[in-house]
Amino acid sequence: MVTLEAYGNYETAWCPGCGNFSIQKAVKKALVASQLPPQRVLFVSGIGQAAKAPHYLNVNLFDGLHGRSVPVATGAKLSNPGLTVIVESGDGCNYGEGGNHFLAAIRRNIDVTLLVHNNQVYGLTKGQASPTSEPGFITKAQPEGVASVPFNPVAVAVTMRAGFVARAFSGLEDHLSGLIQQAIAHRGFSLIDILQPCVSFNKVNTFSWYKKRCRELPSDYDPKNREAALKVAEEWGERIPIGIIYRNDRPPFEDNFPVLQEGRLVGRQVDRNLLANVIESYR
Amino acid sequence: MNNTLNILIGGEAGQGLVTVGEILAKSLVRSGYYIVVTQSYMSRIRGGHNTFAIRVSTEEILAPQEPVDLLVALNDETLTLHQKELTPRGRIVADQGCTLEEENCLKVPYGHLAADKFSNIAALGVVCSLLGLDEALVGRTLEDFFGKKNPGLIEENRRILSEAFRWTSAQPTFAGKLPPLSNPPSRVMMQGNEAIALGAISAGLKFFSFYPMTPSTSIGLTLARLAGKMGLLVEQAEDEIAAINMAIGASFAGAPSMVATSGGGFALMVEGVSLAAMTETPIVIVIAQRPGPATGLPTRTEQGDLNFVLHSGHGEFPRAIFAPGTVEECFDLTRQAFALAENYQGPVFILTDQFLSDSYRSLKPFEVATLPPIQPPIDAVFSDLPYHRFAITDSGVSPRLLPGLSEYLVVAGSDEHTEDGHLTEDLSLRKQMVEKRLKKMDRIRQEVIPPERQGDQNPDLLLVSWGSSKGSCLEAASMMRSSGQRVASLHFSQVWPMVPEQFMGFLQDARQVVGVEGNATGQLASLIRQATGFEFHQRVYRYDGLPITPEYILRRLK
Repeated sequence: MVTLEAYGNYETAWCPGCGNFSIQKAVKKALVASQLPPQRVLFVSGIGQAAKAPHYLNVNLFDGLHGRSVPVATGAKLSNPGLTVIVESGDGCNYGEGGNHFLAAIRRNIDVTLLVHNNQVYGLTKGQASPTSEPGFITKAQPEGVASVPFNPVAVAVTMRAGFVARAFSGLEDHLSGLIQQAIAHRGFSLIDILQPCVSFNKVNTFSWYKKRCRELPSDYDPKNREAALKVAEEWGERIPIGIIYRNDRPPFEDNFPVLQEGRLVGRQVDRNLLANVIESYR
Repeated sequence: MNNTLNILIGGEAGQGLVTVGEILAKSLVRSGYYIVVTQSYMSRIRGGHNTFAIRVSTEEILAPQEPVDLLVALNDETLTLHQKELTPRGRIVADQGCTLEEENCLKVPYGHLAADKFSNIAALGVVCSLLGLDEALVGRTLEDFFGKKNPGLIEENRRILSEAFRWTSAQPTFAGKLPPLSNPPSRVMMQGNEAIALGAISAGLKFFSFYPMTPSTSIGLTLARLAGKMGLLVEQAEDEIAAINMAIGASFAGAPSMVATSGGGFALMVEGVSLAAMTETPIVIVIAQRPGPATGLPTRTEQGDLNFVLHSGHGEFPRAIFAPGTVEECFDLTRQAFALAENYQGPVFILTDQFLSDSYRSLKPFEVATLPPIQPPIDAVFSDLPYHRFAITDSGVSPRLLPGLSEYLVVAGSDEHTEDGHLTEDLSLRKQMVEKRLKKMDRIRQEVIPPERQGDQNPDLLLVSWGSSKGSCLEAASMMRSSGQRVASLHFSQVWPMVPEQFMGFLQDARQVVGVEGNATGQLASLIRQATGFEFHQRVYRYDGLPITPEYILRRLK
């Protein structure tokens, strides 16, 4: 029986009112609801305030470089598919610095759950635009306002037929927690783009801004319908749909490797006779 | 009779030059000869001018040779470019349509012997016949090469081979050919990259990720071919950054891991080097050097990245750099690299280059039956609780556990961290952690492979080499000794860290110390001066993209 206590209680370095707090609670609840003991879970994170989240959890953790958590998670999962691997980091980490890895993870469909804290701004470096900042968003680094079109991770993931694509709002903790639980259970790559307020540096997309707009998808919504999912993914404005936007059941990346059907790579011995035969084949 | 012979096959990419070269080389090895292959090719898929040179000998050889005894021209350009390299006893094999009038030119009617696309096999037959190789042996080698893929093709090829043998037997015999061996030793034929791949498997490699880059790619291709059979996983990553981070993730989770690239790809991997050092994750990184900067000469050779690898990664941390000089060393040092990475928990480098990567050699098959694999701590048990991944220890090496394999949680961080792996800004702890990591250098130092010295005591001349220049230095030294000079050589197969006590005596005993390196600035010589204050007297450097040869060294020393 896994309880909330198993995942610990820690002091954090986050600003009061930060969206990270409720995301953290939702993550813990989902892990407990999934009855996963901490020893079986590996969190991988990058750099930023979101990336610190797994430090405040009692789990296995590899906290690596900015933008590089997805490849680390991919290597770890391939090495030991018995681990439940979750990447938790921010929008700059996954959509900016790690954009290529984000695309590759979707293509691979590696069985990793990606939780992106998306506050549309760089918090840790004190308020520059992120890949998801809206046009016109004014910062000290973009004094004339952001000129680039924002990256839409959900639409990109749907277009590329990612296994599991969801959008969530940190202010709806139980809804988010349910999504995380389903994402963990999904075999294959799963993305949850979690909208959250940054109380220090994003004065536009505030808690009430999201609260007013984020609406759960209706219960009869069919996430297997990709055409409909694309439309929903593009919706952004007065109404922002949240929930599982798209899913499919294509086999996870690990299933492509016959070597993994015999179990994890970790601990596997070298068959010296076979190797001797290989060397003989060079004769 | 001579005991050594140099064959140069030249032609365009797409003419089947490498096929001829590999089958010929294999036939020579199977006949019991020793070989050193040098491949020179252009960065293009078709056309251009490429060569496949096989130096062959009845005795062990270690270096390529410049003068050509048998020039096999698959096109006219080869004649123009290489005719002047021909030795007095040399012979040219060319198409009968060529305009050469020299007596030593054997004009082959390829059009009659084979259809155009098989003229490379006709050339193979002519050369093998000239060399006096056994037709049945060459036929079997040809079959091994093509057999499984296409039985129809093999029949056609064998017919052409026979035609070529028959035609050649009616031609004047080739005076330069080697004596047949009565009791030939049975050897394998392998190139540097293959030996690195097999050495890694023997050491317990389980995960390899790469982004293709000449001349490192064949390491990945060899491993990919063997992955299913040998129980390892090979993944072509989206870029080099992903490749090294994936390997670090795999290693953190417990699979011994390696990446391979060349200088430009390694430039992208560098942040990962620092990550491996900070998270104390074992990883073996192969850099097959080619000339830079930037994209440089993509398919040529150079030893220009020693400084780069030595200083790669930000911050201060220990590292080890191996530099194999032979194909055997490629195998052995890769094993050592895995052992060291595991024992001290961090990045270990193997510096090779295009020449050695692509150079086929004949060698005794590696004895793998008794070689111990290097294993991460699968069943490690810790009595000191709570478990701290980065516990500060006397040796600087902390107890390593793997996530998911015990009741303990494993936490690693790229930020400065506490003993239990969580990020910290406690500055006195930061100081202790720096010292803990640097302390691992003691462990690396204790295991440094001493440079290998050969030749005369108190020599007039000491040739100092590292990596792939080993063979050419040894042969140049031996050529000079046979002309009465007192010469010795000193080869570094590990270039970092440096333990001056291991070699200072050799440097001081010699009247003249000459650095021999495949770069323009003498990176090893500078490193030695930095470590010891010792200034080399003379420098033989090559940086035109071609490998150092014994002849090149002798010319420079005159």
